[in-house]
Amino acid sequence: MKSLAELAELREKMKSSVNMRQDASDDTRVVVGMATCGIAAGARPVLAAFVDEVAKRKLQGVMVTQTGCIGICKYEPVVEVYVPGEEKVTYVLMDPEKAAKVVAEHLVNGRVVTEYTIGAVQQQEHK
Amino acid sequence: MDRIRMHILVCGGTGCSSSHSEDILENLKKELAYHDLDQEVKVVRTGCFGLCEMGPIMIIYPEGVFYSKVKPEDVKEIVEEHVLKGRIVKRLLHKEAIDEETIKSLNQTRFYEKQQRVALRNCGVINPEDIREYIAVDGYEALGRVLTQMTPQEVVDIVKASGLRGRGGAGFPTGTKWQFAMGDAPVKYVCCNADEGDPGAFMDRSVLEGDPHVVLEAMTIAGYAIGSHQGYIYVRAEYPIAIHRLQIAINQSREMGFLGKDIFGSGFDFDIELRLGSGAFVCGEETALMTSIEGHRGEPRPRPPFPAVKGLFAVPTILNNVETYANIPQIILKGADWFASMGTEKSKGTKVFCLVGKINNTGLVEIPMGTTLREVVEDIGGGVPNGKKFKAAQTGGPSGGCIPASLIDTPIDYENLAAVGTMMGSGGLIVMDEDTCMVDIAKFFLEFTVDESCGKCTACRIGTKRLLEMLEKITSGQGTLETLDEMEQLAYDIKANSLCALGQTAPNPVLSTMRYFRDEYIAHVVDKKCPAGVCKELLSYQILPDKCRGCTACSHVCPAAAISGNLREPHVIDKEKCLKCGACLEKCKFGAIIKG
Repeated sequence: MKSLAELAELREKMKSSVNMRQDASDDTRVVVGMATCGIAAGARPVLAAFVDEVAKRKLQGVMVTQTGCIGICKYEPVVEVYVPGEEKVTYVLMDPEKAAKVVAEHLVNGRVVTEYTIGAVQQQEHK
Repeated sequence: MDRIRMHILVCGGTGCSSSHSEDILENLKKELAYHDLDQEVKVVRTGCFGLCEMGPIMIIYPEGVFYSKVKPEDVKEIVEEHVLKGRIVKRLLHKEAIDEETIKSLNQTRFYEKQQRVALRNCGVINPEDIREYIAVDGYEALGRVLTQMTPQEVVDIVKASGLRGRGGAGFPTGTKWQFAMGDAPVKYVCCNADEGDPGAFMDRSVLEGDPHVVLEAMTIAGYAIGSHQGYIYVRAEYPIAIHRLQIAINQSREMGFLGKDIFGSGFDFDIELRLGSGAFVCGEETALMTSIEGHRGEPRPRPPFPAVKGLFAVPTILNNVETYANIPQIILKGADWFASMGTEKSKGTKVFCLVGKINNTGLVEIPMGTTLREVVEDIGGGVPNGKKFKAAQTGGPSGGCIPASLIDTPIDYENLAAVGTMMGSGGLIVMDEDTCMVDIAKFFLEFTVDESCGKCTACRIGTKRLLEMLEKITSGQGTLETLDEMEQLAYDIKANSLCALGQTAPNPVLSTMRYFRDEYIAHVVDKKCPAGVCKELLSYQILPDKCRGCTACSHVCPAAAISGNLREPHVIDKEKCLKCGACLEKCKFGAIIKG
C-alpha cells in the first residue's frame, strides 16, 4: 500500500460488497414475487435483472428483495416498488427487459412506467 | 446472475461456534449449491453480534431479517423458503419481533436500541478473515492519514484531546501514556494486552474475533506516534478462534503492505507478532505480561519505573488493552471532539460490557459512558429471568465489587463505580438475583484469586488463602462475629502489602459484599442461616406434616434414603442422613417440603 489514493480506489471497489449490510428501513424497496407460481412464470431472471441493473448503475438506497405469493398468479411475474412516502406501484407480467426499463425510468428518474402497471394491463384486457 | 443479491451473515464468534454455527455454515453452502443459488447469495462468517443468549444468530440482507437460535437442521427450510421464495421463516425470528408481529431489524430491538457501537462497530458486520471488507468500511484510512498527513505529536494530541482512557480497567488516560513514551530512545515497543482473564468477560475476544484488523491498525498508529517499529499482541492460548483470525489478519496486512517496510510510502516500518499466554491471570498485569513476553515466568515487578520509561526488554513500551485500541482509528477519522461528545465529564466514549449471570439477554453490549445500571439491566439486558428480583451486579471481576439494587440508578463511568466501591474493570458485568448468596459470591472470586496468585508476595499468596478459609468457615456455619472483624483486617493488610494489582484488589469482592450485605454475613455467623438458601451446610430440609399427603414421591427420589413414612401418612426427613441435595423439594407436588 503506497498511498491514500490507492487505498481509496480499493475501498470504492469493495464498498459494493458490504453496502447491503446496512439498516435499510428508508430504502426504496423493489419486491419480486417469488412463490412457486412466480418462479414458474420467470421471476428469477426478473430478480436477476433488477439486481444487475441496480448494481451497474451503482444506485444507493435501493433494496431488491423478494416475497412470497402476492395472489395474482395470472399476472406473474409481479414486482412491487415501494418508494418511501409514495404509493406502492405494482408492475405485472414482467421480464428482464421491462425490469431494466423500470430501473431506468422509475428508480432513476422517478417516472412510473405506467404501461407495465397492473391498472394499465387490466384496462388493456377490458378493451 | 453474476451479482450478489443477498448476504447471509452467520455469527462465527466463540459462543455461536460452540452451538454449532460451523455446521450451519456447512449446511448453508450445501443447500445453496443444491438450489443453484451459490452464485447469487454470499455467505459470510462474522464475529460476535452481541446477543449471545439467542445464538446461533443469522442475519439475512438486504431485508435485515434477524433469525435467532438457528439449528443446523433449520438451514434447509431457510434456504427453500426465504432465499428461494422470499417467505420469511417466522418461527425462527427473534422473539421480540414475533411478539409484536413486525419484522424488526437488529438495530430496532430493545437490546440494540440503547447501544452505541464504536469499538464493536464492525463486529457482526464484516468478514474478519477478509481484509478487503475491513477496507470497505474505512479500514486503514486512519493509518494512511496519520502516516501521510500528521506528525507523531499531532497523533498523541488528538488521542489526548479525545479523553480516551484505558479500557483494561484502570482507566489511565491513553494519550498521556503515549506522551510518556515519546522520548528519543532508539528501540521501543508497542504491546497489546489481550490476556483477558476475568471470569465472565469476553469483550476483547469478541473484538479480536470480529474485527482483528482494527487492533493491528491502531497499534501501527501507536507505533508511529511513539517511534516504535515492533508490536506484540499478548493473547491467551485459550482463544483459538481469536488467534487464528489475528494470524490471518497479520498475514493479509503484511501482504497488502499495511505492515512491513515503508508503509503508505512514508518510510515508516512496523510489524506485529503474536505471543501466546498460557492462561495465568497475573499475566494480564502489565509488568507480568511483559516479563512473560521476554520469556520469563510471568511475575510482576515493582513500578516505577513504569513501562513507558522502562518496559519490555527494558526499553520504553506502551501497553494498551484491545478495546482501547479498537477506539483509536475512529478517533483519528472522526476527531477528538466527536469522541469526547460521548460519555460523561471525565469518562469519554463508550464501554463494552459482557452481560452475564441472571439476565435474560446474555451478551455483549456497548453503551455510552454514563448509562445507568438500570438501563443496562432492564432495557438492554431484558431484566432478570423467571420473575426474580435483581439483587446486585458485580463489575470488575475478581478485582472489583458489587453494586447493590439500591444503587441501580448509578450512571456507569470510572468515577461513579469507584465511588460505590467497585471498579470499571475490563467490562465483565455479572447480574445476580435474590437466589444468589453474597458470601458465596465472595468465596467464588476468592477461590479464583487464590488459584491465580503468582506467589511472589506473601500477603497475596498466604493472605488470600487465609481469607478464603475464613469465608469457608462462615459458609459452613463455623464463623463468629470476630471472624468478620478478622477478615476485614486481613483484607486491608493484603491490599497494603501486595506488589501488583492482583493482590491489591483481591480482597475487594469481600470488602464490597461486606459493605452492602453485612446483614447476610451476620445471618451466616449469628443465626447460622443462609438467607438465599445457597450455603448447603446451613440448610435444612423439612416436611410440613399438614401439607404432606404421604404420596411417597420424595422417599423414592431421595438418594440417601433419608425420608421415611407410611403411604398416605406424613413423612419425615432424617437430618443426619440428609445430603441436602434438594431432590425431594423439586419432586414434591404439594409444597410440603421447605428449606431454610
